[in-house]
Amino acid sequence: MGPLGLFRGLMLRLALKMLYGDVAKFLMLVGGLTFCALLMTQQSGVFCGLMRWTTATIRNVDVPIWVCDAKVEQVNEVVPLRDIEVARVRSVEGVEWAVPLYWGIIQARLRDGSFQQVQITGLDASTLVGHPPRMTAGNVEDLRLPNAVIVDQIAVKKFKSKGYDLKVGDTFEMNDKEARVVGLCIAEPSFMGQPYVYTTYERALEYAPPQRKQLSFVLVKPKPDVPAAEVVSRIRKIPGIAAYTSDEFSKRTMAWYFIYTGIPKSFGFVVLLGAVVGIVISGQTFYLFVHENIRNLAALKAMGASNTLVSEMVLLQAFTAGITGYGLGVGAATLLGMNFLERGEPPFFLPWQVLAFTGSVIVFICLLAACIGLLKVFRAEPAVVFR
Amino acid sequence: MSNDGRAAVRTRGVIKTFGRGDNAVQALKGVDFDAHCGEMIMIVGPSGCGKTTFLSVVCGTMRADEGSIEVFDTDLLKLSTGKLTAFRGANVGFVFQQFNLIPTWSILENASVPLLLNGTSRRKAEEEAARLLTEVGLGKRLNAYPSQLSGGQQQRVAIARSLVHQPRLLICDEPTASLDAANGRKVMELLKASACRADRCVIVVTHDSRIFSFADRIAEMEDGVVKTIHASGDYKAHFI
Repeated sequence: MGPLGLFRGLMLRLALKMLYGDVAKFLMLVGGLTFCALLMTQQSGVFCGLMRWTTATIRNVDVPIWVCDAKVEQVNEVVPLRDIEVARVRSVEGVEWAVPLYWGIIQARLRDGSFQQVQITGLDASTLVGHPPRMTAGNVEDLRLPNAVIVDQIAVKKFKSKGYDLKVGDTFEMNDKEARVVGLCIAEPSFMGQPYVYTTYERALEYAPPQRKQLSFVLVKPKPDVPAAEVVSRIRKIPGIAAYTSDEFSKRTMAWYFIYTGIPKSFGFVVLLGAVVGIVISGQTFYLFVHENIRNLAALKAMGASNTLVSEMVLLQAFTAGITGYGLGVGAATLLGMNFLERGEPPFFLPWQVLAFTGSVIVFICLLAACIGLLKVFRAEPAVVFR
Repeated sequence: MSNDGRAAVRTRGVIKTFGRGDNAVQALKGVDFDAHCGEMIMIVGPSGCGKTTFLSVVCGTMRADEGSIEVFDTDLLKLSTGKLTAFRGANVGFVFQQFNLIPTWSILENASVPLLLNGTSRRKAEEEAARLLTEVGLGKRLNAYPSQLSGGQQQRVAIARSLVHQPRLLICDEPTASLDAANGRKVMELLKASACRADRCVIVVTHDSRIFSFADRIAEMEDGVVKTIHASGDYKAHFI
């Protein structure tokens, strides 16, 4: 470091001492920024978690290509297809395999007569494509046994809340037909909130209310040397059906919830509130801090400190408070999120974009606060020290 | 202290106006003034006569509108803002009425600031600041904070700070106004002893008639101009 850098470093060290020395203002400044970062990160995390829940079925089933009726807008709505569509999709060039999937919401009746809505997922019996991602008891292959179902952790929890401790070997009814639990699994919770009940496609049709068309989706895997997008565009040529890669279907689903529900607005309002609180509390506190130090800063200017150096000192003070507040806020939001994940709800997902977004808002608040303060510093002639 | 006759400060026709139009107030109305190396010159006059404004333009913390201000042969009005700041940093020391010590810095840090601003290393700056603080009687309290000191002690720190970088022009604005008589006298004795040197000019703005005896000359300002310049003894006679 050259002499110029060295003297800057020393002055900046003194700038930090100036900041830390005013303990009450420093705590208020950091408190405001922490609250702002916490509110924004936590609410954005819950929003992202909720959006992720909307596409849980896509990840639980985990296949490269989804085929559905052309009118379907997102994965949680079903417009049934004719069974023949499976064969038509299989005939498309580049398709390795195509299997049927049933998905619907029906009522399960417990032994004591109480009801619980469940999401029934009917898998192709020969391949069991789309089977539960993680088993905690029993085997997936046991789904081929008579009346067999596998239930997820939400089912266990919901049934338990109704006094029914669900385990392998237990039975309940769906559409007056017996369902025997042959396994327990862990699946990603869905936006609908109902438990997943897995069974075979044919048996799902027995449990579901009768309809003329009953096929919900066709699940497809492209041949190894054919890109999924290519196969999707070929399938789309079949009249009346749509095809999406799982990534496209996820985005389409999230976009639907984004546009057609009030969720983004409610969360957006809270996030905005966090930013406003941050700007008001931190901006005002920092302005007061600079205002109270204006004579000291003017004295430094009189003694030869340039506007650049004074600006660097003020910016360093603002960003030190900002980084501290950001760290504490994001840390607290992460701890809360970990607690949510442990309990299973509310949803929480913290992608790096949320951290970057919160960081950007904090940077904006720090810049705004520093600029308001600097405006005062620049306007203050060094001669103010003589008044 | 004898003055060597070399001009330290020379101003001619300095004008400074605040505000515009009907609200314009001319604080300086063509000030002609000379101060020499080796002397302590005091500027006195009633409130609002332009003393502080004149002090501000002489030390380069405020720009005059017209006239010429030469400090050690440098025309301040011709310097850019950056060069003026650097000039102040290298050549001017300040003692303020309110001390203007930064409360969250130790007195050692406060006193070493002018050297740090001039690019001196921290070790050297603190060594020099400690030497001066010892000279003003605060050698045992280097790590104290301003709030832990009395008014007189704080002003001694300010004096140490003003001299630490060996400035050629020392500007003192009401250095005794916040102090009682005894402390005011001690501060002036200290200033006289440590600041007045053959190569340095000390300009003091004051209302305090008790310290006039420390001046070599006294410039009397009235209504934005320097009206008369007296020898210290002559002016003091007015107040006896």
